[in-house]
Amino acid sequence: MDPLRQSPSPCSSRPSSPRTPPCETLGYVGIEAVLDQLKIKAMKMGFEFNIMVVVIEEKGVKLKLTVTDTPGFGDQINNDKCWDPILGYINEQYERYLQEEILITRQRHIPDTRMHCCVYFVPPTGHCLRPLDIEFLQRLCRVVNVVPVIARADSLTLEEREAFRSRIQHNLRTHCIDVYPQKCFDEDINDRILNSKIRRGQPFHLIPCLQDRIPFAVVGADQEHLVNGRCVLGRKTKWGIVEVENMAHCEFPLLRDLLIRSHLQDLKDITHNVHYENYRVYRLNESHVLPRGPGWVNLAPAPTDPPATPGPWKVRRRAHDSSDEEC
Amino acid sequence: IDETLLKMSKQQPTQFINPETPGYVGFANLPNQVHRKSVKKGFEFTLMVVGESGLGKSTLINSLFLTDLYPERIIPGAAEKIERTVQIEASTVEIEERGVKLRLTVVDTPGYGDAINCRDCFKTIISYIDEQFERYLHDESGLNRRHIIDNRVHCCFYFISPFGHGLKPLDVAFMKAIHNKVNIVPVIAKADTLTLKERERLKKRILDEIEEHNIKIYHLPDAESDEDEDFKEQTRLLKASIPFSVVGSNQLIEAKGKKVRGRLYPWGVVEVENPEHNDFLKLRTMLITHMQDLQEVTQDLHYENFRSERLKRGGRKVENEDVNKDQILLEKEAELRRMQEMIARMQAQMQMQMQGGDGDSGVHGHHV
Repeated sequence: MDPLRQSPSPCSSRPSSPRTPPCETLGYVGIEAVLDQLKIKAMKMGFEFNIMVVVIEEKGVKLKLTVTDTPGFGDQINNDKCWDPILGYINEQYERYLQEEILITRQRHIPDTRMHCCVYFVPPTGHCLRPLDIEFLQRLCRVVNVVPVIARADSLTLEEREAFRSRIQHNLRTHCIDVYPQKCFDEDINDRILNSKIRRGQPFHLIPCLQDRIPFAVVGADQEHLVNGRCVLGRKTKWGIVEVENMAHCEFPLLRDLLIRSHLQDLKDITHNVHYENYRVYRLNESHVLPRGPGWVNLAPAPTDPPATPGPWKVRRRAHDSSDEEC
Repeated sequence: IDETLLKMSKQQPTQFINPETPGYVGFANLPNQVHRKSVKKGFEFTLMVVGESGLGKSTLINSLFLTDLYPERIIPGAAEKIERTVQIEASTVEIEERGVKLRLTVVDTPGYGDAINCRDCFKTIISYIDEQFERYLHDESGLNRRHIIDNRVHCCFYFISPFGHGLKPLDVAFMKAIHNKVNIVPVIAKADTLTLKERERLKKRILDEIEEHNIKIYHLPDAESDEDEDFKEQTRLLKASIPFSVVGSNQLIEAKGKKVRGRLYPWGVVEVENPEHNDFLKLRTMLITHMQDLQEVTQDLHYENFRSERLKRGGRKVENEDVNKDQILLEKEAELRRMQEMIARMQAQMQMQMQGGDGDSGVHGHHV
């Protein structure tokens, strides 16, 4: 999974953009970022996926970042099953990986196009989660790491923000939606402490508690302004400048820290050890390769049938682990 | 006599001349009389607000009329929202200002846009609007027309989300469904989340989309040529700012040494009544100076449209394309009953009149 050791092998089924040189190791891509944009039309739902691939390097560490955007999600009059193309896409990536993994002669390093994290933007209504949010989150939390955020948080005052956040947390609990970091995947006591710090919500590097800050209230900006002699990313209005990286204004730093600085690897690990494994077991059960036994996981098929009630799930760790763990 | 009057008016154009002056008829005083009567009678206005949950509709209405129209409001939780259909909630409040009474009815539409499938989300709303027209038509065709209560919707504020890129399919569909029934005033909600540039871009986008889909929104009438320049300028400004991007609040915040209504953020205070911050004042001005016009357009255009359609259909309320014969029969019977009741009432009234006028004989039709 080490980015530096990734060998190239663009998936043959993915349409390649003319700008991507065919087969090359990432080391030859170069220092400057390579921006590719691929548009894949989703199945008849009236919205498309925008997939952007960029390679970033920082202090000798290269990261190939793929961002999949879903413009149009939830915009239609009838949004029934609008989550299906997204679930389908996620499962497709698992499938792709699985196909590579079960080959007799397989590559040293399987290209990983699986979704490691899904950021879900909750509109700042100030009330509670909408029916659409609940339906979507219930389904997606079972197949991918979901990080919900309160979007456009600059339309909520601090009190409104807190009230909204606690209502959302209540909704998530009531509907058994387990967002990232999931409580049941804390591997040991250290993880539990670390993650409960995140859940309790305090600035990461400042310690101690990060609890109950999820969902983070974020504001995004790509323009810089001069504030007190410093150049900051922010949004300029007639009544002030919203500084994106100022913890007093919004929680963007928490999100950035979570996604990039501290939990990047964990996101990949959970995807590989939990979500992918669940998918794999389900597929193997489906094709009757595995006999039904103690390790059999009862998971509703992801893309087609919506689970009647999201139930607790057992997790099977990697095949070569000696013990099965349950959560 | 017309020529003398004309000559008189040319000599003394705008001032009230001494009633003792010959040739003065005095009907120039009519507007004052109308004004006094109107003030005594009071005004009625029905405003409908439509938009997704969480766009600040209730806050804005409370801010506009400096009142709390929803004192016992409970915002439904997520589970309830899943189950709920669109409701119609009408709250009436009597506001008085300098002796002028306004009976304001605000029709709220909770549940609009909440469901995952919003296909049927505006049926309830359209039925409500039609029902008010229907009721007015019925009252207007009745015998006692002195106290007709006008509950027709005079104006609909349609709240557009500032978080999108313009109109959504639901916005377009809804506005097209009601633009021939009610005056639509599109409003961009929660405008404090937009920078100036974003606001301008969004307004332009919305106007383009409105034109593209042939949506008929309410157009402010141009100022008359004889109005003063200030009024003309104000009208121009108002017209140029549509759709209004507003922020609502009834909280008093300390800003620049004085208390203003606004929203307090860590990065600054958004003042509701500051024209540089948002269009709240423009919206309020528009509503107040054009309340009369909104009522007129409702009466002369939307209601008349409804009425002619209705009467053309022959008094039959056709809901679907396939008309149920039994239903027609029932309706005809109801109509007959109503007619009979009306006749009975007319007879009773005539009897009373006879008895009242003719003190001697208490018996109708008998002459001594």
